Amino acid sequence: MISGSTILFYLLAALTLTCGLLSVTTRHIFRAAIYVLFALIGIAGLYFWMEYEFIAAVQIVVYVGGIIVLIIFSIFLTQQAGEKLAKPVLNRQLFSALAVFCGFALTLLQVFQHDFKAGTEAAVLPTVANIGNNMLNVSESGYALPFEVISILLLAALVGCIVIALRSKPETK
Amino acid sequence: MMEPGLYHILFISAALFFIGVYGFFTRRNLITMLMSTELILNSVNLNFIAFNKYLWPGKMDGLFFTVFVIAIAAAEAAVGIAIIINLYRSHQSIDVASAEDLKY
Repeated sequence: MISGSTILFYLLAALTLTCGLLSVTTRHIFRAAIYVLFALIGIAGLYFWMEYEFIAAVQIVVYVGGIIVLIIFSIFLTQQAGEKLAKPVLNRQLFSALAVFCGFALTLLQVFQHDFKAGTEAAVLPTVANIGNNMLNVSESGYALPFEVISILLLAALVGCIVIALRSKPETK
Repeated sequence: MMEPGLYHILFISAALFFIGVYGFFTRRNLITMLMSTELILNSVNLNFIAFNKYLWPGKMDGLFFTVFVIAIAAAEAAVGIAIIINLYRSHQSIDVASAEDLKY
């Protein structure tokens, strides 16, 4: 007897992996971006499946709504319409596939040999209230310091983007 | 079919990670390489959440690391795309081969 949750899990996993695979093999750059979009939606679905709704929402808002739109705009700005990506050299393709396969096999071997021990403490539900309390908590198990560090990093990235994207002024004044 | 658990999620995230690595190795276009890094970062996030849910449900460390990784990925993508567009402006191409001026 297969429950609906199991079927949903396998559907989401298949969506994520097929779209991921297609996105790195297609030769149309725009299609690659759309495949990445669906892979990210599949991952958000997996977060929903694990009942981490907040992370799923963040994933959809930041990745699907932000980063993918940014990537699509940069494709519009830099690619000619209908232009295909150059076919990768066969040698490189072959050896990358070999390296990736070996790495994958090694990782799976390690993962499936290891016996993970679950913690015994009572579960803290990832509700928005709990997340907010922990995020701005300065005592133990609080995340106020990394939060501030990330804020500085985002500010630096913002300033950096503006500096990089500024058109250099014409020499004649 | 087995009931999905921690190992299933670890399998998915490992597969996604190596798909991203494959794309990073074979692609020679900077934007597609950026997409591959996004896939890699997402597989790591999936791992964090799975460990948090199945192994340490009493803490929310994995959840917060995921939030911070997402924030860093957004900053990285924004800066990366600004650099790519600037490169396109000066070289009319976003192939990695055209980005080797710093070597000399």
